Amino acid sequence: MGIELQYLLPIITISFFVVTAIVFDALLQNKIFSFVWSIIGLIVVIGTASYTFVIPSLELMNLSKEGLITKNMVFFGGYASFFDIVFAGAGLMTILASRVYIKREYKELNEYYSLILITVSGMMLIGHSNNLLILFIGIEIMSISFYVLAGYFRNSIKSIEASLKYFLLGSFATGFLVYGIALLYGATGSLDLNIITSNLIAGKFNHIYFLLGSGLILIGLSFKVAAFPFHQWAPDVYQGSPTVASGFMSSAGKAAAMIAFIIVFKHILPAVNNPVLIKDTHLIQNIIAVLAACTMLLGNFTALAQTNVKRMLAYSSVAHAGYLLIGIASNNSTGWTGVLFYSVAYILMQLGAFIVLSVIERNEQSNLELSDFAGLSRSHPILAALMAVFMLSLAGIPPFAGFFGKYYLFVSAVKADYVWLTIVAVISSIISMYYYIGIILQMYFKDPRSVALEADYGLARIPLFIAVAGLVIFGVFPSLLADVAYYFF
Amino acid sequence: MLETLRTIDMYDMIKFIPLIPLIGFLILGLTGKYIKKEAVIGTIGSLAVFIPFVLSIILFIDIVKQHITSPVIVPVYTWINTGQLSISISYQVDQLSILFSLIITGVGFLIHIYSIGYMHGDRSFSRFFAYLNLFIFMMLNLVLSSNFLLTFLGWEGVGLCSYLLIGFWYDQKFEGTRITWTGDAANKAFIVNRIGDFGFIIAMFLIFLTFNSLDYQTVKEAAAGGAFAYYNTGILTAITLLMFLGCTGKSAQIPLAVWLPDAMAGPTPVSALIHAATMVTAGIFLIARNSVLFALAPDTMMVVAIVGLATAFFAATIGLVQNDIKKVLAYSTVSQLGFMFIALGVGAFTAGVFHVMTHAFFKGLLFLGAGSVIHGMHHQQNIKMMGGLKKYMPVTYITFFVATLAISGIPFFSGFFSKDEILWSAFSKGHWIMWLIGATAAFFTAFYMFRLLKLTFHGEERFDPHHVHPHESPKTMTIPLIILAVLSALGGFLGIPYALGSWFSAHPNLLENFLDPVFEDAQKIISTATMKVSSGNEIHFQEYLLMLISTGIALSGIYLANKFYSDALWSVPRALAKNFRGTYNLLFKKYKLDEFYFATVVDPCIETSRSFLWKIFDVKYIDGLVNGLGRTSMGIGETVRKLQTGIVQNYAVIMTGGIILILFWIFISL
Amino acid sequence: MTLEYIPLVFMLVFGFGIATVFMYLSEILGAKRSTKEKNTTYESGMTPFKTARDRFSVKFYLVAMLFLVFDIEIVFMYPWAVQFKQLGSTGFIAMMLFIVLLLSGYIYVIKKGALKWD
Repeated sequence: MGIELQYLLPIITISFFVVTAIVFDALLQNKIFSFVWSIIGLIVVIGTASYTFVIPSLELMNLSKEGLITKNMVFFGGYASFFDIVFAGAGLMTILASRVYIKREYKELNEYYSLILITVSGMMLIGHSNNLLILFIGIEIMSISFYVLAGYFRNSIKSIEASLKYFLLGSFATGFLVYGIALLYGATGSLDLNIITSNLIAGKFNHIYFLLGSGLILIGLSFKVAAFPFHQWAPDVYQGSPTVASGFMSSAGKAAAMIAFIIVFKHILPAVNNPVLIKDTHLIQNIIAVLAACTMLLGNFTALAQTNVKRMLAYSSVAHAGYLLIGIASNNSTGWTGVLFYSVAYILMQLGAFIVLSVIERNEQSNLELSDFAGLSRSHPILAALMAVFMLSLAGIPPFAGFFGKYYLFVSAVKADYVWLTIVAVISSIISMYYYIGIILQMYFKDPRSVALEADYGLARIPLFIAVAGLVIFGVFPSLLADVAYYFF
Repeated sequence: MLETLRTIDMYDMIKFIPLIPLIGFLILGLTGKYIKKEAVIGTIGSLAVFIPFVLSIILFIDIVKQHITSPVIVPVYTWINTGQLSISISYQVDQLSILFSLIITGVGFLIHIYSIGYMHGDRSFSRFFAYLNLFIFMMLNLVLSSNFLLTFLGWEGVGLCSYLLIGFWYDQKFEGTRITWTGDAANKAFIVNRIGDFGFIIAMFLIFLTFNSLDYQTVKEAAAGGAFAYYNTGILTAITLLMFLGCTGKSAQIPLAVWLPDAMAGPTPVSALIHAATMVTAGIFLIARNSVLFALAPDTMMVVAIVGLATAFFAATIGLVQNDIKKVLAYSTVSQLGFMFIALGVGAFTAGVFHVMTHAFFKGLLFLGAGSVIHGMHHQQNIKMMGGLKKYMPVTYITFFVATLAISGIPFFSGFFSKDEILWSAFSKGHWIMWLIGATAAFFTAFYMFRLLKLTFHGEERFDPHHVHPHESPKTMTIPLIILAVLSALGGFLGIPYALGSWFSAHPNLLENFLDPVFEDAQKIISTATMKVSSGNEIHFQEYLLMLISTGIALSGIYLANKFYSDALWSVPRALAKNFRGTYNLLFKKYKLDEFYFATVVDPCIETSRSFLWKIFDVKYIDGLVNGLGRTSMGIGETVRKLQTGIVQNYAVIMTGGIILILFWIFISL
Repeated sequence: MTLEYIPLVFMLVFGFGIATVFMYLSEILGAKRSTKEKNTTYESGMTPFKTARDRFSVKFYLVAMLFLVFDIEIVFMYPWAVQFKQLGSTGFIAMMLFIVLLLSGYIYVIKKGALKWD
């Protein structure tokens, strides 16, 4: 029991800080305290998660499956601890970058920081889930906080619109997710993912319910990652939400949903020699592959036609959901490694790019047109260089981490005999170059605007530095991350 | 067990051999501008090579003691690992890599010391040493690597350093075919090498396709273990031929030999280090490292031998008539490299590596001596404007003389042993024509080297004594000369042929014993394939005879040169040049190979690029295609974005449509 | 397995059935005498002074929602109270945690003034 509690520490600490943060919000009404408290909380969570990450896995093996407080509903150590660190880190970066932005654009409310904490707790729960119910709770905690975050600028029509759209369509999609979980329960007789797998392997499952359930879960999760044709909320929401928050939603939120994808589909699509199951597995994989291909193409093509950088990045985030889905469609360890690697890289570059936007954004959404970036390299050379790094990494150009993420994903598709998917992915990557490089072109080769942009960094320097350092380190030494990932799956 | 552990720990040290020059490069490259003292820069630069040299010696002694039979792989860092392809930095401790490491760091260290004197007062003193350290780092990566990719990194890296150092005095004029600046010469070296590198890259692709690995040891085992499954197959011939193309580039063999003479535009220590002692032997290293692959491709071996022979011969003939002291040495280098390839081509890998070593000693020495002369003569390089320098620079003269004796093949100097072993190997494998041509080249070598010696140090003083005051070089320059002279004189005793050493030992050829584990597999393949039992340790009467003949050849070359250039008017050579004007001009113009390349390759390429590729193909088709695609993509984008109405009901409808489609797909598959 | 679900089916059938039947019965049995007053909105006997399709203050919803949250807790607490002895200390700790969570929510609601009507 002691060991189990040790492994639960990240979850316990985040829950503790979430609850206390909310109470302190109400009792103290002190913005600085909320800010500091949430930062302390996330640092403690990172610390405890790192601790569970390095406890020898031998102890995990000795953990008896019976008599656990968590009744085997929670997964310990391994990738769960890894993603605890990633999500808490993303939350930390977001909070650090938000302060100056929120203060300037909208009066700072201390609930903002608690909301980020709640979101992180939901994401962590997703990573820890070993049971469809826990997974669902995690997804909902995350989603509902996102609905609120999207509408955080209560006086801005766009923000409210984004929130409402997100909420309406999100609850629509959640219905399918729950229904899928229910059908899967009906088909296999359990919500525990390990038992589902063993029942599937043993052939103890209802074929039709299983397929329908998987299909509906696929639909529900596809909405969460904004995959075609469930992507349409994404550009509106990401554009309307507070910039840093949309960075957080579109990066860490997407990564968390991708983890949900891995956790579910790794278990319900096991590699076995049962001919019926192989046929079903291929069907689901094919559906995901088609979704991935459409998502990539659509996201990139639409992003081409955008003139607003924030909206362009929103579409590019749709396209990146497509890249990430390749790893799920491949359904092999290289694919999962790729998803893991790319999630981390994607959080760094997407969040970084949005933080750059938040630094120059003024008066709710102005200064975000492509033409506003003209000549940025002359007025703000450092900011332009950072943006260029993020754009190059998003475009998948070495030596930045985005390149290796794509590389692993594409390799996984080839291994899974989805050569056509790789070709589509490469073509859409090439298309995406156009608009990513377009920003760099604006920043470096165009004459500056008549009125120079102001840049207000505040604490955003720290997350920007972390993002760039991470992208370069993981781009030059990808095996630092990839080797860890191989060991998970 | 404990013993093995100790050894493995010990071999971990190999990581530091390339690391230290890298640190030296970083220190000098980043802070060199602020270090004002040349002594400090020189010390840092030299230490960064000296420490690896000491480490190499320690490893060398250990290898000799342990007599390891298979290489020890020391992984440093795995960069990428995806399935079959694993790209890692890992070093390989074996006899071949350590021997090369010794040569590179040892000779490299001496040349670093020498450079302190030679480069004294240069405004880019620290840049020079930074480049030299970078070069040593890259070269060590090339030879110590345990896989093709790291070798390739080093291969390209030394190419880069060569480029940087040839063009080191980038604002100086330099004469050559369509070359006016040193920068042009650097470009030429770089571009010509690209052709070879192209071959190397393709060879690597093919190796990966064939063996699913790029590790030397894995490839070697797979190829040798195939029980002749790969023998004389098309794929292996292709791999080895392409690899050899790479070698012809780096090691300046026909058809890519043209860059090396122009590489003499660089400072003389560079010519000694890069373009004589180390980098140009990379090709020999590559073939020696992959001896098994080459042994399995007899056709390629033949090509290697013939190319080597042709290069040895033609370069030697060009050397006969050149007047620039460094050019003569450059052609001599090309010619000697040719000898090494002959050795590799006939399967005498040890002899080839042996010649690499002795050549590093005496050719390094010759270049450094030439540098000393140039230094003393205020940058005069034309030997017709020298003469009688013997009394002004006695140390340079004596050391130069030793090196000349060594390269000419005078018995018991180092060059005698190695060159003779090559010629004997060619003869004993039944290629007597090869021996004959090789011996002729050796004769030319002896002749032009003594011509050089004679014109430079003997005879009357043809320089203007009022403007030029020849003087001996400083100690930092002469001490390396003396050390190299000792090595040039005595280095050959590491490889005493059995025919000469059988009276005191059953295995007198120390180097052969040492390198035996490396080439064992290749030798086995060759002897099995040719149905010949290695004749190794029998004394042949012919061998003594050939030794005598080649000594005679060398002596006659020396005698002839002495005779020709003793008389102050050079009447005989002048008459020869006059009577055979056509031949003389052809030789003087280096067989017009440069002009030939310009006329057949370079100019047509440029012309096609300009008139067709650029003005028609690029502008009309490529631009048209790209613009068309761009417009289409934009059009698609504009169309697709219309789906994004902003109305949430529409979104829900599209979502529902998607859901229906997915469920429909599932239903029809049931 | 299916037997376990029979009560559920019964519940569904009876739930739907009773609702439908009663509505239908009132439709066919009730007298239909339409007057002007009867057609107006029922406001507990008061005369309606504006349209019923009007927005209510958000406070109504807020209170309703908060009521739901704090009402639902009884669904967990009642079974716990009944089975208190069997559930033992684990149950007690779990319930205390639950109550603390609820309490912190309550503190938040009070302090934020969500229940203040003005």
